[in-house]
Amino acid sequence: MSNNNASSGKLQTWMEKNIFAMFLGLLIVLSVGGLVEIVPLFYLKNTMEHNQFPELVWQRQEGQTLADHKPGDGMRPYSALELAGRDIYQREGCYLCHSQMIRPFRDEKERYGHYSLASESMYDHPFQWGSKRTGPDIARLGGKYSDDWHRKHLRAPRSVVPESVMPNYPWLKDTRVNGKTIQAHMQGMQTIGVPYTGADIEAAAGEVEGKTEEDAMVAYLQVLGTMTNLDENKAYRE
Amino acid sequence: MDAAAEQKYDYGVVRWFTVMSVVYLVVGAMVGVLIASQLAWPILNFDVPYLTFGRLRPLHTNAVIFAFGGSVLMATSFYSVQRTCATKLWSNRMAWFTFLGWNLIIVSAVITLPLGITSAKEYAELEWPIDIAIAVVWISYMFNFIMTISLRKSPHIYVSNWFFLGMMVMITYLHVVNSLAIPVGMFKSYSIFSGVQDAMIQWWWGHNAVGFYLTAGFLGIMYYFVPKQAGRPVYSYRLSVIHFWALMFGYVWLGAHHLQYTALPDWTGSLGAAISLAMIIPSWGGAVNGMMTLSGAWDKLRTDYVLRFLIMSLAFYAMSTFEGPVMSIKTVNALSHYTDWTIGHVHSGALGWVAMVAIGAIYHLMTRLFHTELWSTKLVNAHFWTATIGTVIYIVAMWVSGIMQGLMWRAYDEYGTLAYTFAESVEAMHPYYAMRAVGGGIFLLGALLMLINILMTVAKASSEGSVQRARTAIAAA
Repeated sequence: MSNNNASSGKLQTWMEKNIFAMFLGLLIVLSVGGLVEIVPLFYLKNTMEHNQFPELVWQRQEGQTLADHKPGDGMRPYSALELAGRDIYQREGCYLCHSQMIRPFRDEKERYGHYSLASESMYDHPFQWGSKRTGPDIARLGGKYSDDWHRKHLRAPRSVVPESVMPNYPWLKDTRVNGKTIQAHMQGMQTIGVPYTGADIEAAAGEVEGKTEEDAMVAYLQVLGTMTNLDENKAYRE
Repeated sequence: MDAAAEQKYDYGVVRWFTVMSVVYLVVGAMVGVLIASQLAWPILNFDVPYLTFGRLRPLHTNAVIFAFGGSVLMATSFYSVQRTCATKLWSNRMAWFTFLGWNLIIVSAVITLPLGITSAKEYAELEWPIDIAIAVVWISYMFNFIMTISLRKSPHIYVSNWFFLGMMVMITYLHVVNSLAIPVGMFKSYSIFSGVQDAMIQWWWGHNAVGFYLTAGFLGIMYYFVPKQAGRPVYSYRLSVIHFWALMFGYVWLGAHHLQYTALPDWTGSLGAAISLAMIIPSWGGAVNGMMTLSGAWDKLRTDYVLRFLIMSLAFYAMSTFEGPVMSIKTVNALSHYTDWTIGHVHSGALGWVAMVAIGAIYHLMTRLFHTELWSTKLVNAHFWTATIGTVIYIVAMWVSGIMQGLMWRAYDEYGTLAYTFAESVEAMHPYYAMRAVGGGIFLLGALLMLINILMTVAKASSEGSVQRARTAIAAA
């Protein structure tokens, strides 16, 4: 193949003749975009809304347990049962069809509620914003339906929503949540910065004792979007 | 029969990668057709945990991207790097390690994903022990590739190798950073990042798995196999240089356009969208470079079915690299995001561009690697038409359903209330989901024809003893 190199610059010629130079050149060129877009997100204060609106996060007092949190008190780590539900949510790949990220449009506000804030997923390792709505957004699902509705819907979605294409999850009610496993999961979360206390983790096994995976799923679905209250009159984002 | 090449180069490992890639194409497409059908007819989930959509969808994406795509990339790059550098692989043993390692990873994915073992990050679902294995095998692949180039006989490094190398470097970055997680058990880990940062890192990975793995790598294939099959030099060297560096620098930025109007700060999403628009220019430069390579040899398209695949792939490449930037424009994205339009866009790239260019390259490779003609060229033509028609049906179905979804969600009636419930939009998708499954089925049929053709070609070569003869013949003859 005839390459006419007469027109290429010195740098290009050097890299074309030296594989290690090209490797080095690529290492540099390929790192720019990621550095510019990702690194500032970790230190720019206005990325997370709670830097300006601290009430978005629950200010936990000494000695309080997760059960002392009331809906609307602000973002907190998931309880043991909710976290177990979230694990199941991930295991079953729910995030592939349901988003948890409401965009600031009129129709989404009416359909799903207030647009989502970055601070609302501050304890979500990994994030669950999703990329596709084969089913509806569930960022603010909590409290919209009864526990009983959720159980029916999980076991046989078409029994309550005839148009649904969601798979049935009848096996969730037959499997129990393991307390030891959930404690290990909370410990891992604690290591990467989720503010669980030693007491939270200790109490976890008791909290999930005898609970089924279905119970855990329902607990998780019912807490979505209920931890913090958002004020219509506040501009959380520009 | 090219005895000189057989004796000069390491073809054995390339043969295995090539044949396995076709097996994985069939497997990946088959799972795809199943999950597409599940969305049209949910009864096909069978109430079996291991067969539900949520668990099989990651299996589909992993099978087509990493099993099929990976095997094709490794086959074509290990082949073309030897040919363009006029040297054997730096280490044939290490290449076999890469082959065995990669296939073990694929097997472990096939086992763990249906079991629900997942890190829940799209296109990076495999859990931490497998992630570590991927990093090791991938670096062995890159190291061998670089060292082989360092042994080359020609002064310049050929353009296809630039693209392959760019892909290898970027995938190493992406995989390592995006997979950083804290293990909380043998088969469970949590991403060390959370919320908005995790989202940005995920889509930096997600879009560049497309931009590098499925674009830069497959452009490496294009730059070697199109000129080879057409028997003509690359149209423009200068265009290749621009195409290459613009793509390397620019693609990295695009991930943010997946997160427009989300809780990601506006500056990041807008930056991603602006660069996405600019990327039309180098992308089309590359497509033109590939297509114009045929100038003066267009008549070959009439008789050369393999060339048809390669040229059709470039047409799809041009189309989807136009569609992508359009979808990153904020007003368009407001409509298209979260809908099937995205799925259609991905598949115009994946079926039309990635699979077609790969299929062309595989057919080309088969005759060189097995020193015989293809079992049936008629079947290649049949494959070409099934692949093209299947892809077009798939994309059209998703365009219609995607735009319809987007419009239904935001429609208001005369009283100023939402015109449709979400469930009504789901119901309206049914005919298009069925149509998509049919399109995918036609594509799968083509892939099956290919598998038959490839296996029969291997059998033919074995009964002729052509590989054996090429190994032992006096090379000069």
